[in-house]
Amino acid sequence: MGKETKKQTINIEAGRTEKNYWLDIWKYRELFYFLSWRDIIVRYKQTAVGLAWSIIRPLLTLLIFTVVFGKLAKLPSEGIPYSILVFSGLLPWSFFSNSFSESSNSLITNSNLISKVYFPKIIIPISSIVTCFVDFIINFILLLGLMLFFRFIPKATILLVPVFFFIGFLFITGFSLYVASLNVKYRDFRYIVPFIVQIGLYLSPVGYSTSIIPKELKIIFSLNPMVGIIDGFRWAITGKTVLYLPSLYLSIVISLIMLVFGLFYFRKTEKFFADII
Amino acid sequence: MNIDLKLENIGKKYIISHEVKDRYQTLRDNLSKKVKYLFRKNVKHKKEEFWALKNINFEVKSGERIGIIGRNGAGKSTLLKVISRITEPTTGKLKINGKVASLLEIGTGFHPELTGRENIFLNGIILGMSNAEVKSKFDEIVNFAEVEKFLDTPVKRYSSGMYVRLAFAIAAHLDPDILLIDEVLAVGDVGFQKKCLGKMEEVSNKQGRTILFVSHNLGAIEKLCSKCLLLENGEIKFFSSDPSEIIKKYLSNELILSSYWENIKNIYINQYFKPIKFYIGDKMGNLLTMPVRNNEDFYIYIQGEINELDNSLTIGFAVFDEINNCLFWSYQTDTKDTNWPKLKKGNNTIYCKFPNNLLNEGNYRLELICSLHFRKWIFQPSKDNPSINLNIKGGLSNSSYWMIKRPGIIAPILQWMLKK
Repeated sequence: MGKETKKQTINIEAGRTEKNYWLDIWKYRELFYFLSWRDIIVRYKQTAVGLAWSIIRPLLTLLIFTVVFGKLAKLPSEGIPYSILVFSGLLPWSFFSNSFSESSNSLITNSNLISKVYFPKIIIPISSIVTCFVDFIINFILLLGLMLFFRFIPKATILLVPVFFFIGFLFITGFSLYVASLNVKYRDFRYIVPFIVQIGLYLSPVGYSTSIIPKELKIIFSLNPMVGIIDGFRWAITGKTVLYLPSLYLSIVISLIMLVFGLFYFRKTEKFFADII
Repeated sequence: MNIDLKLENIGKKYIISHEVKDRYQTLRDNLSKKVKYLFRKNVKHKKEEFWALKNINFEVKSGERIGIIGRNGAGKSTLLKVISRITEPTTGKLKINGKVASLLEIGTGFHPELTGRENIFLNGIILGMSNAEVKSKFDEIVNFAEVEKFLDTPVKRYSSGMYVRLAFAIAAHLDPDILLIDEVLAVGDVGFQKKCLGKMEEVSNKQGRTILFVSHNLGAIEKLCSKCLLLENGEIKFFSSDPSEIIKKYLSNELILSSYWENIKNIYINQYFKPIKFYIGDKMGNLLTMPVRNNEDFYIYIQGEINELDNSLTIGFAVFDEINNCLFWSYQTDTKDTNWPKLKKGNNTIYCKFPNNLLNEGNYRLELICSLHFRKWIFQPSKDNPSINLNIKGGLSNSSYWMIKRPGIIAPILQWMLKK
């Protein structure tokens, strides 16, 4: 024995929400760090091509989109190489779709942890979003390479990318938390996730620019918060496209609402995860 | 002495829905149900409450070792889950003083793709150590587990023995104030089990740690624990500082009552085989009270409901001795195909004669086991399935030289002859 350090006391009362929840997350930050680390390592260990895969995948998508939308459909490129136009949209989109699919399933794939050990469960979906951030960085480096290839010089607006990334991160977190908890409760929800991703790809200006959307439809189109975020990315990266401000404001507002709602719903259902998972 | 743990009026309620086959729902079912209700307003939800824990009050002082015993489904594991904060109690208050670590199943969070070294860190942190703590105990853990050579091999290539050793080694080096253990000693070979028991004794005696220990291994509880708590149907039946006294009470109570199990709570619902009764009876099917004599004929009866007839359905029981060794399994499909009992949809009762003079005098636990052969467990051994107790006393042999119990698990009577 010997060391008589001050023990921490925890009081739990039925029906009362834990006051120290947010403090607990801080206490479990090492677990958070290790879970992200595990996901990253396992991801690159499991696939035979490993790291190469996260380079090949976006490049292939880019090639297909450029050929289909730029060359075959001949959509306007606003004086930017079409691949850069596509890639500036693909960058936020692939981050969104990857982290959404990963984190909405993350609670189920980690069910053995949830039913055996206590920790703030919010760590799991958030850490899988962080894992996808690695891919985002790789993609961003690819984009810089692409710019070099086309001798395309970005403007200072490119420094605003983190701002738009942050808005996107808020939205994805809120949305993923909501879907992740639904997924625990209704196990067939996971079939809906790929569907949302697929539909979303066409409803968001990934392969095309917002300029082809008729003016009167623009505000309805912008109800999809990814529109403002992707447009923001594209504006910041290329410095040439027009940033339609109402859609950006809408994105910010919807993202914040989604975040609050997602957090609220997650906290509400979290207590029952261990009982039903 | 400080109080490490205080439970006041703790209760845990589960809702059992009779329509849902699995624990989780599906959105599709839920939507279609809602549509049904629109048209028929009088349909009532067949939901039932089930209190896994009721009115639990007790205190644990610093350094005490509490053994928790009770039958399967008595609420032992739920109690540990509430204390370890995995699940929230429905009623009551819980006060925890200090750091809790739970070993509800060792190896939790092991990832097969990661190496031994990586898993030590990951698992240690999952179980509540800090990165620095794992680092400082790393060598000790590796030594205890005897896996030095394989540190950089992915654990998916480990033998099951190595896997368990590594998992226990990490768990044994946790440094919590309160340690919760659920049946970890049921794993590994005998030598390693002894090593684990030794480690636990060392942890509790020398380091003065508070331990809550759930086990079917009554011998281990008697040896290790300073107090014992007996749970019955989610409530505390006895709690005292004389473990052997409580174990005795538990066993004597078990002996009389427990050769019969009935699905009173209407649980274990599934389409393949829902058990209704599981008991030991005579040839006519009348319940036998324990103990039975070893030369007396007795039969094992299993009654259940089949909604979906599956050809690969196997139903039977597994026999365990007092220290949780599995002695054997038996299924209705053990004979030649043509001799199997023909199951039908609906209510079925199957039975078999238990061999005379096979087991020694003593207490045995019979667990109902059931599976779709090589496809899916319906009731896996030791996973909270229905269980009954068999107590054999007397009738060992007709010999005047063999009147009392001999050592050994089995006690067959062999015929001796003189070679001519």
